[in-house]
Amino acid sequence: MKFTEEHEWLRPEGDVVVVGITAHATTQLGDIVFVELPEVGAIVAKDDEVVVIESVKAASDIMAPIDGEIVEVNTALAENPALANEANGDAGWFFKIRPSNPSQMDAYMDEAAYNAMIA
Amino acid sequence: MSELLRTPLHDLHISLGAKMVEFAGYSMPVQYPMGVMQEHTHTREKAGLFDVSHMGQVIIKGHDFQSAAHALETLIPVDIMGLALNRQRYGFFTNDAGGIMDDLMLANRGDHIFVVVNAACKSDDIAHLKANLSDGTVTEITDRALLALQGPASEAVLAALDPAAAEMRFMDVAVLSFDGVECWVSRSGYTGEDGFEISVSAHQATALAERLLAHPDVAPIGLGARDSLRLEAGLCLYGHDIDTLTTPTQAALNWAIQKVRRHNGKREGGFPGAPVILDELQDGAERKRVGLLPEGRAPMREGVTLFAGIDDAAPIGQITSGGFGPTVGRPIAMGYVPVAQAQNGTIIYGELRGKRLPLTVVALPFTPATFKR
Repeated sequence: MKFTEEHEWLRPEGDVVVVGITAHATTQLGDIVFVELPEVGAIVAKDDEVVVIESVKAASDIMAPIDGEIVEVNTALAENPALANEANGDAGWFFKIRPSNPSQMDAYMDEAAYNAMIA
Repeated sequence: MSELLRTPLHDLHISLGAKMVEFAGYSMPVQYPMGVMQEHTHTREKAGLFDVSHMGQVIIKGHDFQSAAHALETLIPVDIMGLALNRQRYGFFTNDAGGIMDDLMLANRGDHIFVVVNAACKSDDIAHLKANLSDGTVTEITDRALLALQGPASEAVLAALDPAAAEMRFMDVAVLSFDGVECWVSRSGYTGEDGFEISVSAHQATALAERLLAHPDVAPIGLGARDSLRLEAGLCLYGHDIDTLTTPTQAALNWAIQKVRRHNGKREGGFPGAPVILDELQDGAERKRVGLLPEGRAPMREGVTLFAGIDDAAPIGQITSGGFGPTVGRPIAMGYVPVAQAQNGTIIYGELRGKRLPLTVVALPFTPATFKR
């Protein structure tokens, strides 16, 4: 499991990477009321805006943490955005991406480093 | 944060775990650990306690109520002289162009008029009053906090402290005694729910707030839920839904201007912008504030540009308040559109992240008011 400074978590699962946002991020955002997910099959580059999240307070973007192809999105989340608050790290994932440049993962923090950053 | 002003309840907010933000120069609670969505729902179902001490409390005192009311009517297009004893009314200061300088509540308290104005406008309002009021003295009350207790349980909570609270109707004002503490109370608020606003001396405010919060039905509510509650109630937020560039008729606030101040009324006009405002009251304005329901789940917020058609190049207006309505369970908004698009049921389009998405023009409020009339 890797973590970005933008509070995303990346969990390798076979040849794809599952991406979500951390409990710290959802707490900061407040109650999430809308999630717009990317299209399956989209080819994205690192730092592309791929997800829009709207909380009761504001809209925020989630960037693609790595280059690759979006292979699956969490449709349950689009139907029930509150999942992002309730189940981060689990049912609250956003999308799965097949990396075209897996070494980009190496730049990200491990859990201990992330926890130190938000402490 | 050190230069921000603090209300008398600041330390209580911190001890309750509030997230504090800057609002109108004050450090204010935007939410408590319960979170905006639950705070909103709690207020609709039980009772929410809000700190609104940042708002301006002003006393206008003339020779008697009538003389002060007469003077104030030169600045506010509302029937103040006809306001009965211990009754409150909504109003606004207007400018020479017919725009709204601030909206406010004013009450007939016998020997004076008690006015509550917006925090962000209060210094301008007080200067405006002092410079232009022909009769009466203007005193800002700086040693009192202002609390709001809103929601269906509010009456029972306050009546347990002073039974007279239950005798009040919507827009009544009274001096009540809670645990021996003199409070200036009005039965009004900014949520669309039955509720009260309570002016209490600053040094007794925390004790009163703690006493109210000790009731199992009462929870502290922050500015986040205050905003979603008032939006569902279709109430204007000054500086957003109304400002110096919007007139009362454009803002759909005709109801606030009584007949006596309109064309052919006994005290017609005589306030800033009267020519514009009186003509618009009679003939309508070119644009109007309306309720808007975005289709789908994506909230459309303040600043979203509105179009009559999906491919039209020219915008017709803007959203002035928008977000998610927890009680209605969907995104809601208010904005200004030309009268041609102001009919309920009209479909218009808002541009969100480069896409045109449909909205339906609907009647306000989004949630029915539950005032005790």
